[in-house]
Amino acid sequence: MNTPQETVERALALSQADGCVVIVDEGSTANLRFAGNTLTTNGVARSSRLTVISVAGQGVGVVSRSAVRPDQLEDVVAAADRAAREARPSEDARPLVEGGASEGWDRPVEPTSIEVFRDFAPALGESFASAEASGRRLYGFAEHILTSTFVGSSTGLRQRHDQPTGRLELNAKSADVSRSAWTGVATRDFADVDVAALDATLAQRLEWAKRRIALEAGRYETLLPPSAVSDLLIYLYWSAGARDAADGRTVFSKPGGGTRVGERLSPIPLRLSGDPAHQGIECAPFVIAHASGREQSVFDNGLPLARTDWIADGTLANLIQTRHSAELTGLAATPQIDNLIMTGPEGGRSLEEMISSTERGLLLTCLWYIREVDPQTLLLTGLTRDGVYLVENGEVTGEVNNFRFNESPVDLLGRLTEVGASEQTLPREWNDYFTRAVMPPLRVPDFNMSTVSQAS
Amino acid sequence: MRQIDPDFLALPLRRLADAALQRARDLGAEHASFRLERVRAETLRLFDARLEGSMDADDLGFAVRVIKDGTWGFASGIELTPEAAARAAEEAVRVAAVSAPINREPVELAPEPVYDDVTWVSAYDVDPFEVPLPDKAATLADWSSGMLGRVDHVSASLMQVKEQKFYADSAGTVTTQQRVRVHPVLTAMKADGDRFDDMRTLAPPAGRGYEYLTGTGWDFPSELAELPELLAEKLKAPSVEAGPYDLVVDPSNLWLTIHESIGHATELDRALGYEAAYAGTSFATFDKLGNLHYGSPVMNVIGDRTVEHGLATVGWDDEGVAGQSFDIVKEGTLVGYQLDRRMALLKGLGRSNGCAFADSPGHVPIQRMANVSLQPAPGGPSTDELISRVGRGIYVIGDKSWSIDMQRYNFQFTGQRFYRIENGRLAGQLRDVAYQATTTDFWRSMEAVGGPQTYVLGGAFNCGKGQPGQVAPVSHGTPSALFRGVRILNTVQEGGK
Repeated sequence: MNTPQETVERALALSQADGCVVIVDEGSTANLRFAGNTLTTNGVARSSRLTVISVAGQGVGVVSRSAVRPDQLEDVVAAADRAAREARPSEDARPLVEGGASEGWDRPVEPTSIEVFRDFAPALGESFASAEASGRRLYGFAEHILTSTFVGSSTGLRQRHDQPTGRLELNAKSADVSRSAWTGVATRDFADVDVAALDATLAQRLEWAKRRIALEAGRYETLLPPSAVSDLLIYLYWSAGARDAADGRTVFSKPGGGTRVGERLSPIPLRLSGDPAHQGIECAPFVIAHASGREQSVFDNGLPLARTDWIADGTLANLIQTRHSAELTGLAATPQIDNLIMTGPEGGRSLEEMISSTERGLLLTCLWYIREVDPQTLLLTGLTRDGVYLVENGEVTGEVNNFRFNESPVDLLGRLTEVGASEQTLPREWNDYFTRAVMPPLRVPDFNMSTVSQAS
Repeated sequence: MRQIDPDFLALPLRRLADAALQRARDLGAEHASFRLERVRAETLRLFDARLEGSMDADDLGFAVRVIKDGTWGFASGIELTPEAAARAAEEAVRVAAVSAPINREPVELAPEPVYDDVTWVSAYDVDPFEVPLPDKAATLADWSSGMLGRVDHVSASLMQVKEQKFYADSAGTVTTQQRVRVHPVLTAMKADGDRFDDMRTLAPPAGRGYEYLTGTGWDFPSELAELPELLAEKLKAPSVEAGPYDLVVDPSNLWLTIHESIGHATELDRALGYEAAYAGTSFATFDKLGNLHYGSPVMNVIGDRTVEHGLATVGWDDEGVAGQSFDIVKEGTLVGYQLDRRMALLKGLGRSNGCAFADSPGHVPIQRMANVSLQPAPGGPSTDELISRVGRGIYVIGDKSWSIDMQRYNFQFTGQRFYRIENGRLAGQLRDVAYQATTTDFWRSMEAVGGPQTYVLGGAFNCGKGQPGQVAPVSHGTPSALFRGVRILNTVQEGGK
């Protein structure tokens, strides 16, 4: 097999199209899955994907193949060249991004392996034993992924990005599985994961849950912890495509035409942003686009990414753009970034402090099965999960039944009454796709719990 | 019948399998399996009849799975050489060793007959990958152009997948399979004043070839011709008044309710807690097998991996178990679960019913959904006859939004079209409708199912489950059905407006 750098150079040399972008993704993963204090599945895997994007005039051809041997490279490039020649003109066609080699381009790929869990697995085993002795059952998943992406182009680009992604989800249940609590962490290497400490917080929550309180559906003052906030805001972010907004298809469409950029969404001067350099959640500092779509363009590959405010001072500031959609909408070219950061005014309190100042309200753990009901308002439905707690006079007094909610995160931004201190969090619902988030806890005075869910 | 592609058969399937299985045996594995897969997927997307993007991608590689000292070990590779296959076997054994300290439940598998060198190909006529991409784009563009002018925008997409699998295990089973599936979707969009809405085709994804787009199995031109007018009517329709209604649910909507509230709820791995931290568990716990009153006496549900054109149809599953058909709910009572070999033995259920599936060479097989289907009533009523039995109700067509809790109790669905029923007749569309219920309440309220003439095989390409996340294609057959007293929400009111 060639090195990824050799593959990029050879593919670019083989292409006879007007322009060419070559992306090589080298991936490695290791995972452990467990349930009821025992292992259920595990594995390690490697992947190698070559994507050739050929440009002929305004036409583009994209062919992506895995595990390509050196003797197959010519066929893959020829297929992309042919597809480009046969393609209808692409409306997002723009000159390919120019540039040089990024630092570390020549460095070999260093894959992850099962050894990343060398210290974590025994610690998890000890937590299993401790949980078993205390009448708890642990369920969850630990995964480490390392993806090295190489982007080269006929215009001189040689950009590389190494992305480590780690996550641990830990779910504790009582022996009769009637009580359940969850926590999760994002990590780059598992060196910073303290499974015993995480288990201890779950044990405390299972204690809280020993007192059960039945509540009817209705609107409640609700404290959303950072994980729950991230799942709602990620959906908002995914719905923030400029093209769809300009076409009148989303909550960010202005009635009568155009977008809502510049419109105030929240009375609180909060900021929602992406930043490739944000410490702890670093992500690719340039565009990586394997195919064109509503919110990305293969012609933008290699375009530098910098911190971008989606919402600034409570006002919609930018939408997700390609260079093409930016021209259509007359707004800045602000491509998607693979992390999300929300902050409120200086001095935001911790979730614990927010609990202490709550007279009566609900404290959620996380949200689940979130789906769009109405794109015009971005009304979402979903469930509370793994712990809804009643707070009375500043203290948790017991666990409440689960609810189905119907809420729009855009509408929530206009109603929330407190933004706490932001911290790194693991989204519960979306962590298969999105793990890099820094979010605050939020206080909402009237969260719509539409119906009771019997799930526990 | 189509044959397995020669270029897949030309890969060194047996040499790699022999190398991996022999190394696993040499290292003391009690059981080992080898799977080599190539999954090719092509997607086209058009907007307003112009090609917006296309992607032709494949995923090629192999996997070795072992049981060593009662613990699973799994490793996959991409270099198609005997040496790499043997190394993957070594790595799988190493993964089992690292994992052993956290395994407290020794793994054993239910017995299955040996199938020595057998092959299976799904039912299709035209390989979609043999049709030039420009021709496919032109078809979608023509269909889109036919609607533009009567609606504001049209999006169109076509997903096509060819899945090829070679499987061999240490017991001697060797299977080679190939299946094809396609899913064309067109969505019309229109604004009317301050409102906008969309409506998409009801054509389900199908285990068919490109012939699906040219008149076999679905009449796209007829459906597309009606869509703009139906969308215009929807935009002007009155908003629903929330409250209980009788529902007649069309197969184009009911398949998804079956998927979420029966299909997932009767996966034994969920009932046993293996998915507890992620996809969730099930209210249909194992102690309820044989006694849970799931639905009304007209409710009969089967799991099936054999139906022609089904998306979950296979010859053998990813543990070498033959595809089967089996009862899940009989006359309203829970009588069966979907199984893999480990769970079948663990719970004393004898043989697995063949529901193990991995979506790619890099993923481990887990218990995935069969084609779970509600059975029609022999000689049963037409959809019109079901509607005629309703005084005040709603007829639901097409799926859209869906959500259900982690034990499969509480669900909420919307749809593509909702028609008011007054005195047994349709009386125009409604908008802003969602139906919300608890699973057993809903299925117990099912008064009647339609006859075989109402039966349609719906489904999806992208059922998600497991960690690492895997997607699986699955079909659900269902007739139209009549439900009494279901809670209807007004989604605008739910949004606080």
